[in-house]
Amino acid sequence: MIESVLVANRGEIARRILRAARAAGVRSVAVYSEADAGWPHAREADEAVLIGPAPARESYLNVERILDAARRTGAQAVHPGYGFLSENWRFAQACEEAGLVFVGPSWRVIQQMGDKVGARREMVRAGVPVVPGSDGPVASLDEARRLSAEVGYPVMLKAAAGGGGIGMVKVTDEAGLATAYATAERRAQAAFGSAALFVERYLTEPRHIEVQVFGDRGGQVVHLHERECSIQRRHQKLVEESPAARLSPALKERLTRAAVAGARAVGYVNAGTMEFIVQGDEFYFLEMNTRLQVEHPVTEEVTRLDIVRAQLQVASGEPLPWRQEEIVQRGAAIECRIYAEDPAKNFMPSPGTISRWAPPSGPGIRVDSGVAEGCQVSVHYDPLLAKLVAAGGTREEAIARMQAALESFVAEGLKTAIPFHLRVMASAAFREGRTHTQMVEQGAFNA
Amino acid sequence: MPEDVKAHITGVVFQITSKPGDSVAAGDPVIVLESMKMEIPVEAPRAGKVREIKVAEGQTVQEGDTVAILD
Repeated sequence: MIESVLVANRGEIARRILRAARAAGVRSVAVYSEADAGWPHAREADEAVLIGPAPARESYLNVERILDAARRTGAQAVHPGYGFLSENWRFAQACEEAGLVFVGPSWRVIQQMGDKVGARREMVRAGVPVVPGSDGPVASLDEARRLSAEVGYPVMLKAAAGGGGIGMVKVTDEAGLATAYATAERRAQAAFGSAALFVERYLTEPRHIEVQVFGDRGGQVVHLHERECSIQRRHQKLVEESPAARLSPALKERLTRAAVAGARAVGYVNAGTMEFIVQGDEFYFLEMNTRLQVEHPVTEEVTRLDIVRAQLQVASGEPLPWRQEEIVQRGAAIECRIYAEDPAKNFMPSPGTISRWAPPSGPGIRVDSGVAEGCQVSVHYDPLLAKLVAAGGTREEAIARMQAALESFVAEGLKTAIPFHLRVMASAAFREGRTHTQMVEQGAFNA
Repeated sequence: MPEDVKAHITGVVFQITSKPGDSVAAGDPVIVLESMKMEIPVEAPRAGKVREIKVAEGQTVQEGDTVAILD
Protein backbone atom coordinates (compact mmCIF):
# COMPACT_ATOMS: atom_id res chain seq x y z
CA MET A 1 0.00 0.00 0.00
CA ILE A 2 1.14 3.55 -0.70
CA GLU A 3 2.48 5.28 2.40
CA SER A 4 0.92 8.74 1.92
CA VAL A 5 -1.63 10.57 -0.24
CA LEU A 6 -2.32 14.22 -1.01
CA VAL A 7 -6.00 15.02 -1.54
CA ALA A 8 -6.27 17.64 -4.29
CA ASN A 9 -9.82 18.68 -3.47
CA ARG A 10 -12.04 20.25 -0.81
CA GLY A 11 -15.33 19.81 1.04
CA GLU A 12 -17.15 16.53 1.46
CA ILE A 13 -15.13 14.52 -1.07
CA ALA A 14 -11.82 15.57 0.47
CA ARG A 15 -13.10 14.38 3.86
CA ARG A 16 -14.34 11.11 2.34
CA ILE A 17 -10.87 10.39 0.93
CA LEU A 18 -9.15 11.45 4.16
CA ARG A 19 -11.34 8.97 6.07
CA ALA A 20 -10.44 6.15 3.69
CA ALA A 21 -6.73 7.01 4.00
CA ARG A 22 -6.90 7.00 7.79
CA ALA A 23 -8.72 3.66 7.85
CA ALA A 24 -6.05 2.18 5.56
CA GLY A 25 -3.18 3.56 7.65
CA VAL A 26 -2.08 5.94 4.88
CA ARG A 27 -0.67 9.33 5.92
CA SER A 28 -2.84 12.14 4.50
CA VAL A 29 -2.12 15.63 3.22
CA ALA A 30 -4.90 18.15 2.60
CA VAL A 31 -4.65 21.32 0.55
CA TYR A 32 -6.83 24.35 1.11
CA SER A 33 -7.41 27.86 -0.18
CA GLU A 34 -7.51 31.00 1.96
CA ALA A 35 -11.33 30.80 1.88
CA ASP A 36 -11.21 27.28 3.35
CA ALA A 37 -8.84 27.92 6.28
CA GLY A 38 -10.38 26.20 9.31
CA TRP A 39 -12.82 24.13 7.22
CA PRO A 40 -13.20 20.49 8.26
CA HIS A 41 -11.16 19.02 5.38
CA ALA A 42 -8.23 21.28 6.24
CA ARG A 43 -8.33 20.25 9.90
CA GLU A 44 -8.73 16.51 9.59
CA ALA A 45 -5.66 15.55 7.57
CA ASP A 46 -2.32 14.64 9.13
CA GLU A 47 -0.92 17.71 7.42
CA ALA A 48 -2.53 20.62 5.54
CA VAL A 49 -0.98 23.03 3.05
CA LEU A 50 -2.32 26.46 2.09
CA ILE A 51 -2.13 26.60 -1.73
CA GLY A 52 -3.48 30.03 -2.58
CA PRO A 53 -6.34 32.54 -2.67
CA ALA A 54 -10.04 31.70 -2.91
CA PRO A 55 -10.52 31.67 -6.73
CA ALA A 56 -10.14 28.02 -7.83
CA ARG A 57 -7.75 28.79 -10.69
CA GLU A 58 -5.31 30.20 -8.11
CA SER A 59 -5.69 27.26 -5.72
CA TYR A 60 -7.53 23.99 -6.41
CA LEU A 61 -7.04 24.28 -10.18
CA ASN A 62 -3.41 25.35 -9.93
CA VAL A 63 -1.30 22.34 -10.96
CA GLU A 64 2.04 23.86 -9.96
CA ARG A 65 0.94 24.75 -6.43
CA ILE A 66 -0.54 21.33 -5.84
CA LEU A 67 2.56 19.55 -7.11
CA ASP A 68 4.66 21.85 -4.96
CA ALA A 69 2.58 20.93 -1.89
CA ALA A 70 3.13 17.24 -2.70
CA ARG A 71 6.90 17.77 -2.99
CA ARG A 72 7.14 19.75 0.25
CA THR A 73 5.16 17.18 2.27
CA GLY A 74 6.77 14.14 0.63
CA ALA A 75 3.38 12.78 -0.46
CA GLN A 76 3.69 9.63 -2.53
CA ALA A 77 0.30 9.75 -4.27
CA VAL A 78 -2.36 12.28 -5.33
CA HIS A 79 -6.12 11.65 -5.17
CA PRO A 80 -7.97 14.22 -7.32
CA GLY A 81 -11.55 13.56 -6.06
CA TYR A 82 -14.14 14.77 -8.59
CA GLY A 83 -14.41 18.12 -10.37
CA PHE A 84 -11.39 20.48 -10.29
CA LEU A 85 -8.40 18.66 -11.86
CA SER A 86 -9.82 15.13 -11.72
CA GLU A 87 -10.45 14.78 -15.45
CA ASN A 88 -7.60 16.99 -16.60
CA TRP A 89 -5.20 14.60 -18.36
CA ARG A 90 -2.39 17.15 -18.22
CA PHE A 91 -2.60 17.11 -14.42
CA ALA A 92 -2.49 13.30 -14.32
CA GLN A 93 0.48 13.40 -16.70
CA ALA A 94 2.23 16.05 -14.57
CA CYS A 95 1.79 13.83 -11.50
CA GLU A 96 3.34 10.90 -13.34
CA GLU A 97 6.27 13.03 -14.51
CA ALA A 98 6.79 14.28 -10.94
CA GLY A 99 7.04 10.66 -9.78
CA LEU A 100 3.67 10.74 -7.98
CA VAL A 101 1.09 7.95 -8.07
CA PHE A 102 -2.13 9.36 -9.57
CA VAL A 103 -5.15 7.67 -7.95
CA GLY A 104 -7.14 7.09 -11.13
CA PRO A 105 -6.68 5.80 -14.66
CA SER A 106 -3.68 6.64 -16.83
CA TRP A 107 -3.57 10.13 -18.35
CA ARG A 108 -3.88 8.57 -21.80
CA VAL A 109 -7.27 7.07 -20.93
CA ILE A 110 -8.45 10.36 -19.37
CA GLN A 111 -7.44 12.13 -22.59
CA GLN A 112 -9.06 9.49 -24.79
CA MET A 113 -12.41 9.47 -22.96
CA GLY A 114 -12.42 13.26 -22.55
CA ASP A 115 -12.61 13.67 -26.33
CA LYS A 116 -16.34 13.03 -26.84
CA VAL A 117 -16.06 12.18 -30.55
CA GLY A 118 -13.11 9.85 -29.98
CA ALA A 119 -14.85 8.20 -27.01
CA ARG A 120 -17.96 7.59 -29.12
CA ARG A 121 -15.90 5.93 -31.88
CA GLU A 122 -14.05 3.80 -29.33
CA MET A 123 -17.34 2.60 -27.84
CA VAL A 124 -18.77 1.77 -31.29
CA ARG A 125 -15.67 -0.39 -31.87
CA ALA A 126 -16.24 -2.11 -28.51
CA GLY A 127 -19.83 -2.92 -29.47
CA VAL A 128 -21.38 -0.44 -27.00
CA PRO A 129 -24.53 1.25 -28.39
CA VAL A 130 -24.34 5.02 -28.97
CA VAL A 131 -27.12 7.52 -29.76
CA PRO A 132 -27.88 7.21 -33.50
CA GLY A 133 -26.49 10.24 -35.30
CA SER A 134 -23.54 11.71 -37.16
CA ASP A 135 -20.09 10.33 -36.50
CA GLY A 136 -18.59 13.83 -36.70
CA PRO A 137 -19.59 17.37 -37.71
CA VAL A 138 -21.98 17.52 -40.67
CA ALA A 139 -20.74 19.35 -43.75
CA SER A 140 -23.97 20.93 -44.99
CA LEU A 141 -27.73 21.26 -44.62
CA ASP A 142 -28.09 18.52 -47.27
CA GLU A 143 -26.01 16.13 -45.22
CA ALA A 144 -28.01 17.02 -42.10
CA ARG A 145 -31.21 16.28 -44.05
CA ARG A 146 -29.96 12.89 -45.22
CA LEU A 147 -28.71 11.94 -41.72
CA SER A 148 -31.89 13.12 -39.98
CA ALA A 149 -34.01 10.95 -42.28
CA GLU A 150 -31.71 8.05 -41.52
CA VAL A 151 -31.80 8.34 -37.69
CA GLY A 152 -35.47 9.37 -37.64
CA TYR A 153 -37.22 12.51 -36.33
CA PRO A 154 -37.27 14.18 -33.86
CA VAL A 155 -33.57 15.00 -34.03
CA MET A 156 -31.32 17.32 -32.06
CA LEU A 157 -28.80 19.68 -33.66
CA LYS A 158 -25.83 20.16 -31.32
CA ALA A 159 -22.77 22.40 -31.47
CA ALA A 160 -19.74 20.21 -32.21
CA ALA A 161 -17.55 22.44 -30.05
CA GLY A 162 -20.15 22.80 -27.33
CA GLY A 163 -21.42 21.13 -24.22
CA GLY A 164 -23.73 21.56 -21.27
CA GLY A 165 -26.82 21.69 -23.43
CA ILE A 166 -25.95 25.14 -24.81
CA GLY A 167 -27.00 25.87 -28.37
CA MET A 168 -29.00 22.68 -28.90
CA VAL A 169 -32.02 22.89 -31.22
CA LYS A 170 -34.73 20.24 -31.43
CA VAL A 171 -36.23 19.50 -34.86
CA THR A 172 -39.55 17.68 -35.00
CA ASP A 173 -39.82 17.09 -38.77
CA GLU A 174 -38.08 17.69 -42.09
CA ALA A 175 -40.11 20.83 -42.82
CA GLY A 176 -38.52 22.54 -39.82
CA LEU A 177 -34.95 21.44 -40.50
CA ALA A 178 -33.66 24.34 -42.64
CA THR A 179 -34.74 27.03 -40.17
CA ALA A 180 -33.49 25.05 -37.17
CA TYR A 181 -30.16 24.41 -38.91
CA ALA A 182 -29.61 28.14 -39.45
CA THR A 183 -30.55 28.91 -35.82
CA ALA A 184 -28.25 26.20 -34.44
CA GLU A 185 -25.34 27.37 -36.62
CA ARG A 186 -25.80 30.93 -35.42
CA ARG A 187 -25.97 29.89 -31.75
CA ALA A 188 -22.97 27.59 -32.05
CA GLN A 189 -20.93 30.33 -33.70
CA ALA A 190 -21.89 32.85 -31.01
CA ALA A 191 -21.31 30.56 -28.05
CA PHE A 192 -18.31 28.49 -29.15
CA GLY A 193 -16.75 30.33 -32.09
CA SER A 194 -17.51 27.44 -34.43
CA ALA A 195 -20.71 26.80 -36.39
CA ALA A 196 -19.98 23.05 -36.80
CA LEU A 197 -23.00 20.90 -35.90
CA PHE A 198 -23.81 17.28 -35.06
CA VAL A 199 -27.10 15.53 -35.74
CA GLU A 200 -28.40 13.12 -33.09
CA ARG A 201 -31.69 11.38 -32.49
CA TYR A 202 -33.71 13.31 -29.88
CA LEU A 203 -34.69 11.08 -26.98
CA THR A 204 -38.01 11.90 -25.34
CA GLU A 205 -38.09 11.65 -21.55
CA PRO A 206 -35.14 9.25 -21.22
CA ARG A 207 -33.69 7.86 -18.00
CA HIS A 208 -30.08 8.31 -16.90
CA ILE A 209 -28.63 5.02 -15.71
CA GLU A 210 -24.93 4.50 -15.10
CA VAL A 211 -22.72 1.59 -14.16
CA GLN A 212 -19.86 1.75 -11.66
CA VAL A 213 -16.85 -0.06 -13.08
CA PHE A 214 -13.47 -0.85 -11.56
CA GLY A 215 -10.33 -2.17 -13.20
CA ASP A 216 -6.89 -3.16 -11.96
CA ARG A 217 -3.44 -3.28 -13.54
CA GLY A 218 -3.75 -7.00 -14.13
CA GLY A 219 -6.51 -6.33 -16.67
CA GLN A 220 -9.36 -7.44 -14.45
CA VAL A 221 -12.53 -5.29 -14.87
CA VAL A 222 -15.66 -5.67 -12.73
CA HIS A 223 -18.88 -3.72 -12.32
CA LEU A 224 -20.53 -2.68 -9.03
CA HIS A 225 -24.05 -2.59 -10.47
CA GLU A 226 -26.04 0.40 -11.64
CA ARG A 227 -27.23 3.75 -10.32
CA GLU A 228 -30.17 5.74 -11.62
CA CYS A 229 -29.69 9.51 -11.68
CA SER A 230 -32.67 10.71 -13.73
CA ILE A 231 -33.62 13.57 -11.41
CA GLN A 232 -31.40 16.40 -12.61
CA ARG A 233 -31.54 20.03 -13.54
CA ARG A 234 -29.21 21.85 -15.91
CA HIS A 235 -27.46 18.49 -16.45
CA GLN A 236 -26.59 18.30 -12.76
CA LYS A 237 -27.84 15.36 -10.72
CA LEU A 238 -29.95 15.95 -7.62
CA VAL A 239 -31.12 12.47 -6.57
CA GLU A 240 -29.40 9.14 -7.24
CA GLU A 241 -30.25 5.59 -6.29
CA SER A 242 -29.23 1.99 -6.59
CA PRO A 243 -30.76 -0.25 -7.85
CA ALA A 244 -32.58 1.60 -10.64
CA ALA A 245 -36.31 1.21 -10.05
CA ARG A 246 -38.23 -1.12 -12.37
CA LEU A 247 -35.20 -2.07 -14.45
CA SER A 248 -35.74 -5.46 -16.06
CA PRO A 249 -33.06 -8.07 -15.28
CA ALA A 250 -32.47 -8.52 -19.01
CA LEU A 251 -31.80 -4.81 -19.61
CA LYS A 252 -29.63 -4.60 -16.49
CA GLU A 253 -27.58 -7.51 -17.76
CA ARG A 254 -27.05 -5.79 -21.13
CA LEU A 255 -26.10 -2.51 -19.42
CA THR A 256 -23.50 -4.00 -17.08
CA ARG A 257 -22.09 -6.19 -19.87
CA ALA A 258 -21.69 -3.14 -22.16
CA ALA A 259 -20.12 -1.11 -19.35
CA VAL A 260 -17.49 -3.74 -18.61
CA ALA A 261 -16.80 -4.26 -22.33
CA GLY A 262 -16.33 -0.51 -22.83
CA ALA A 263 -14.01 -0.15 -19.84
CA ARG A 264 -12.01 -3.22 -20.87
CA ALA A 265 -11.65 -1.89 -24.43
CA VAL A 266 -9.77 1.18 -23.21
CA GLY A 267 -7.71 -0.72 -20.62
CA TYR A 268 -9.41 1.06 -17.75
CA VAL A 269 -7.69 0.99 -14.35
CA ASN A 270 -9.23 2.21 -11.05
CA ALA A 271 -12.82 3.43 -10.43
CA GLY A 272 -14.87 4.87 -13.28
CA THR A 273 -18.45 5.27 -14.41
CA MET A 274 -20.03 4.41 -17.72
CA GLU A 275 -23.06 6.69 -18.21
CA PHE A 276 -25.98 5.65 -20.40
CA ILE A 277 -29.29 7.11 -21.42
CA VAL A 278 -32.13 4.65 -21.48
CA GLN A 279 -35.38 4.89 -23.41
CA GLY A 280 -37.73 1.95 -23.19
CA ASP A 281 -35.65 -1.15 -23.79
CA GLU A 282 -32.86 0.68 -25.61
CA PHE A 283 -29.76 2.21 -24.06
CA TYR A 284 -27.00 4.41 -25.43
CA PHE A 285 -23.52 5.37 -24.21
CA LEU A 286 -23.42 8.98 -23.00
CA GLU A 287 -19.90 9.38 -21.62
CA MET A 288 -17.39 7.86 -19.28
CA ASN A 289 -16.41 9.64 -16.07
CA THR A 290 -12.79 8.70 -15.51
CA ARG A 291 -12.84 9.41 -11.77
CA LEU A 292 -14.64 8.80 -8.51
CA GLN A 293 -18.29 9.85 -8.83
CA VAL A 294 -20.16 12.17 -6.43
CA GLU A 295 -22.85 9.51 -5.98
CA HIS A 296 -20.51 6.58 -5.21
CA PRO A 297 -22.01 6.22 -1.66
CA VAL A 298 -25.27 4.67 -2.95
CA THR A 299 -23.19 1.93 -4.52
CA GLU A 300 -21.18 1.51 -1.32
CA GLU A 301 -24.40 1.18 0.69
CA VAL A 302 -25.93 -1.55 -1.47
CA THR A 303 -22.67 -3.50 -1.97
CA ARG A 304 -21.19 -2.88 1.51
CA LEU A 305 -17.85 -2.18 -0.20
CA ASP A 306 -15.42 0.71 0.29
CA ILE A 307 -14.76 2.10 -3.19
CA VAL A 308 -12.28 4.77 -2.07
CA ARG A 309 -10.16 2.33 -0.09
CA ALA A 310 -10.10 0.05 -3.14
CA GLN A 311 -8.94 3.04 -5.22
CA LEU A 312 -5.92 3.43 -2.94
CA GLN A 313 -5.18 -0.32 -3.10
CA VAL A 314 -5.39 -0.50 -6.89
CA ALA A 315 -3.31 2.69 -7.26
CA SER A 316 -0.69 0.94 -5.10
CA GLY A 317 -0.49 -1.82 -7.71
CA GLU A 318 -2.54 -4.34 -5.75
CA PRO A 319 -5.17 -6.46 -7.55
CA LEU A 320 -8.88 -5.65 -7.13
CA PRO A 321 -9.97 -6.72 -3.63
CA TRP A 322 -13.15 -8.41 -4.96
CA ARG A 323 -14.15 -10.84 -7.69
CA GLN A 324 -17.30 -10.13 -9.72
CA GLU A 325 -19.34 -12.85 -7.99
CA GLU A 326 -18.55 -11.33 -4.57
CA ILE A 327 -20.10 -8.00 -5.53
CA VAL A 328 -23.75 -8.36 -4.56
CA GLN A 329 -26.39 -5.63 -4.60
CA ARG A 330 -28.57 -5.88 -1.46
CA GLY A 331 -31.54 -3.70 -0.55
CA ALA A 332 -31.76 -0.14 -1.84
CA ALA A 333 -30.03 3.20 -1.26
CA ILE A 334 -30.95 6.76 -2.26
CA GLU A 335 -28.83 9.91 -2.18
CA CYS A 336 -30.10 13.48 -2.03
CA ARG A 337 -27.56 16.20 -2.78
CA ILE A 338 -27.88 18.97 -0.23
CA TYR A 339 -26.93 22.00 -2.31
CA ALA A 340 -26.75 25.60 -1.09
CA GLU A 341 -29.37 26.61 -3.63
CA ASP A 342 -32.84 28.07 -3.48
CA PRO A 343 -35.29 25.65 -5.11
CA ALA A 344 -37.99 28.33 -4.90
CA LYS A 345 -35.85 30.59 -7.13
CA ASN A 346 -35.05 28.07 -9.87
CA PHE A 347 -32.08 26.65 -7.90
CA MET A 348 -30.20 29.96 -7.75
CA PRO A 349 -26.98 29.75 -5.69
CA SER A 350 -27.40 30.68 -2.04
CA PRO A 351 -24.03 31.51 -0.48
CA GLY A 352 -23.92 32.45 3.20
CA THR A 353 -22.66 31.52 6.64
CA ILE A 354 -23.96 28.33 8.21
CA SER A 355 -25.50 29.43 11.51
CA ARG A 356 -26.87 26.02 12.53
CA TRP A 357 -25.90 22.60 11.19
CA ALA A 358 -27.32 19.39 12.61
CA PRO A 359 -27.46 16.57 10.05
CA PRO A 360 -29.73 13.60 10.79
CA SER A 361 -28.61 10.16 11.94
CA GLY A 362 -30.22 6.80 12.60
CA PRO A 363 -30.46 3.32 11.06
CA GLY A 364 -29.58 3.34 7.38
CA ILE A 365 -28.64 7.03 7.36
CA ARG A 366 -25.25 8.24 6.12
CA VAL A 367 -24.23 11.88 5.74
CA ASP A 368 -21.09 12.80 3.81
CA SER A 369 -20.72 16.46 4.74
CA GLY A 370 -18.08 19.03 3.91
CA VAL A 371 -19.19 21.78 6.26
CA ALA A 372 -19.65 22.67 9.91
CA GLU A 373 -21.39 25.42 11.85
CA GLY A 374 -19.74 28.78 11.21
CA CYS A 375 -18.44 27.83 7.75
CA GLN A 376 -18.82 30.64 5.25
CA VAL A 377 -20.07 29.05 2.03
CA SER A 378 -18.55 31.25 -0.67
CA VAL A 379 -19.40 31.99 -4.27
CA HIS A 380 -16.12 30.46 -5.44
CA TYR A 381 -16.97 26.75 -5.38
CA ASP A 382 -19.58 24.17 -6.15
CA PRO A 383 -22.68 24.56 -3.89
CA LEU A 384 -22.64 20.97 -2.57
CA LEU A 385 -22.76 21.08 1.24
CA ALA A 386 -23.44 17.42 1.97
CA LYS A 387 -24.84 14.19 0.59
CA LEU A 388 -27.63 12.56 2.53
CA VAL A 389 -27.86 8.81 1.88
CA ALA A 390 -30.66 6.54 3.12
CA ALA A 391 -30.45 2.78 2.77
CA GLY A 392 -33.05 0.12 3.51
CA GLY A 393 -33.98 -3.48 2.90
CA THR A 394 -36.40 -2.29 0.23
CA ARG A 395 -36.77 0.89 -1.83
CA GLU A 396 -39.89 1.79 0.20
CA GLU A 397 -37.92 1.57 3.44
CA ALA A 398 -35.11 3.71 2.00
CA ILE A 399 -37.66 6.36 0.87
CA ALA A 400 -39.32 6.40 4.32
CA ARG A 401 -35.94 6.82 6.03
CA MET A 402 -34.97 9.55 3.57
CA GLN A 403 -38.19 11.48 4.27
CA ALA A 404 -37.68 11.33 8.03
CA ALA A 405 -34.02 12.33 7.67
CA LEU A 406 -34.84 15.28 5.38
CA GLU A 407 -37.49 16.50 7.82
CA SER A 408 -35.06 16.51 10.74
CA PHE A 409 -32.07 17.97 8.82
CA VAL A 410 -31.16 21.34 10.36
CA ALA A 411 -29.24 23.64 7.99
CA GLU A 412 -29.67 27.35 8.71
CA GLY A 413 -28.09 30.55 7.46
CA LEU A 414 -28.61 29.78 3.78
CA LYS A 415 -31.19 28.19 1.51
CA THR A 416 -30.86 24.50 0.65
CA ALA A 417 -32.42 21.99 -1.72
CA ILE A 418 -34.07 20.12 1.20
CA PRO A 419 -37.67 21.33 0.46
CA PHE A 420 -37.26 20.15 -3.14
CA HIS A 421 -36.09 16.70 -2.03
CA LEU A 422 -39.10 16.35 0.30
CA ARG A 423 -41.41 16.98 -2.66
CA VAL A 424 -39.54 14.41 -4.76
CA MET A 425 -39.82 11.76 -2.02
CA ALA A 426 -43.56 12.47 -1.66
CA SER A 427 -44.30 12.41 -5.40
CA ALA A 428 -46.13 9.51 -7.01
CA ALA A 429 -43.74 9.57 -9.97
CA PHE A 430 -40.68 8.98 -7.80
CA ARG A 431 -42.39 6.43 -5.56
CA GLU A 432 -43.50 4.47 -8.59
CA GLY A 433 -40.06 4.69 -10.18
CA ARG A 434 -41.29 6.62 -13.20
CA THR A 435 -38.64 9.34 -13.47
CA HIS A 436 -36.82 10.83 -16.45
CA THR A 437 -34.20 13.50 -17.02
CA GLN A 438 -36.61 16.19 -18.25
CA MET A 439 -38.94 16.13 -15.20
CA VAL A 440 -37.39 18.92 -13.14
CA GLU A 441 -37.39 21.33 -16.09
CA GLN A 442 -41.00 20.37 -16.80
CA GLY A 443 -41.86 21.47 -13.25
CA ALA A 444 -42.87 18.02 -12.00
CA PHE A 445 -41.70 18.74 -8.44
CA ASN A 446 -42.66 22.41 -8.16
CA ALA A 447 -44.25 23.56 -4.90
CA MET B 1 -36.12 58.37 -15.23
CA PRO B 2 -32.80 56.61 -14.52
CA GLU B 3 -33.17 53.14 -13.05
CA ASP B 4 -30.72 51.00 -11.09
CA VAL B 5 -29.92 47.50 -12.35
CA LYS B 6 -29.45 45.39 -9.22
CA ALA B 7 -27.76 42.04 -8.65
CA HIS B 8 -30.34 39.43 -7.62
CA ILE B 9 -27.70 37.13 -6.15
CA THR B 10 -24.25 37.36 -4.58
CA GLY B 11 -21.43 36.55 -6.99
CA VAL B 12 -18.26 37.59 -8.77
CA VAL B 13 -18.55 39.72 -11.92
CA PHE B 14 -17.61 37.27 -14.67
CA GLN B 15 -18.24 39.38 -17.77
CA ILE B 16 -19.52 42.84 -18.62
CA THR B 17 -21.72 42.42 -21.65
CA SER B 18 -22.81 46.03 -22.25
CA LYS B 19 -21.18 49.46 -22.18
CA PRO B 20 -22.34 53.03 -21.56
CA GLY B 21 -24.39 54.23 -24.51
CA ASP B 22 -25.65 50.76 -25.48
CA SER B 23 -29.38 50.37 -26.01
CA VAL B 24 -30.79 47.31 -24.28
CA ALA B 25 -34.19 45.63 -24.36
CA ALA B 26 -35.97 44.36 -21.26
CA GLY B 27 -34.38 41.01 -20.33
CA ASP B 28 -31.06 41.65 -22.11
CA PRO B 29 -28.02 40.74 -19.99
CA VAL B 30 -26.14 43.81 -18.75
CA ILE B 31 -23.44 41.87 -16.88
CA VAL B 32 -22.88 38.19 -16.09
CA LEU B 33 -22.15 37.02 -12.54
CA GLU B 34 -20.43 33.80 -11.57
CA SER B 35 -21.58 32.14 -8.39
CA MET B 36 -20.94 28.58 -7.25
CA LYS B 37 -19.81 27.48 -10.71
CA MET B 38 -22.89 28.96 -12.42
CA GLU B 39 -22.92 31.88 -14.82
CA ILE B 40 -25.95 34.03 -14.11
CA PRO B 41 -26.89 37.05 -16.23
CA VAL B 42 -28.14 40.23 -14.56
CA GLU B 43 -30.82 41.42 -16.93
CA ALA B 44 -32.11 44.89 -17.78
CA PRO B 45 -35.45 45.37 -15.95
CA ARG B 46 -36.75 47.45 -18.89
CA ALA B 47 -35.64 48.84 -22.25
CA GLY B 48 -33.28 51.79 -22.15
CA LYS B 49 -29.81 53.14 -22.70
CA VAL B 50 -26.94 52.11 -20.40
CA ARG B 51 -25.71 55.25 -18.58
CA GLU B 52 -23.09 53.70 -16.35
CA ILE B 53 -21.56 50.34 -15.39
CA LYS B 54 -20.79 50.41 -11.66
CA VAL B 55 -18.67 47.23 -11.37
CA ALA B 56 -15.51 45.71 -12.83
CA GLU B 57 -14.73 42.15 -13.88
CA GLY B 58 -13.54 40.05 -10.93
CA GLN B 59 -15.34 42.23 -8.36
CA THR B 60 -17.57 40.58 -5.75
CA VAL B 61 -21.10 41.98 -5.55
CA GLN B 62 -23.74 41.32 -2.91
CA GLU B 63 -27.41 40.64 -3.55
CA GLY B 64 -29.14 44.00 -4.02
CA ASP B 65 -26.01 45.91 -5.09
CA THR B 66 -26.42 48.27 -8.04
CA VAL B 67 -24.33 47.01 -10.97
CA ALA B 68 -25.42 49.49 -13.65
CA ILE B 69 -27.69 52.46 -14.27
CA LEU B 70 -30.13 52.75 -17.18
CA ASP B 71 -31.26 56.10 -18.57
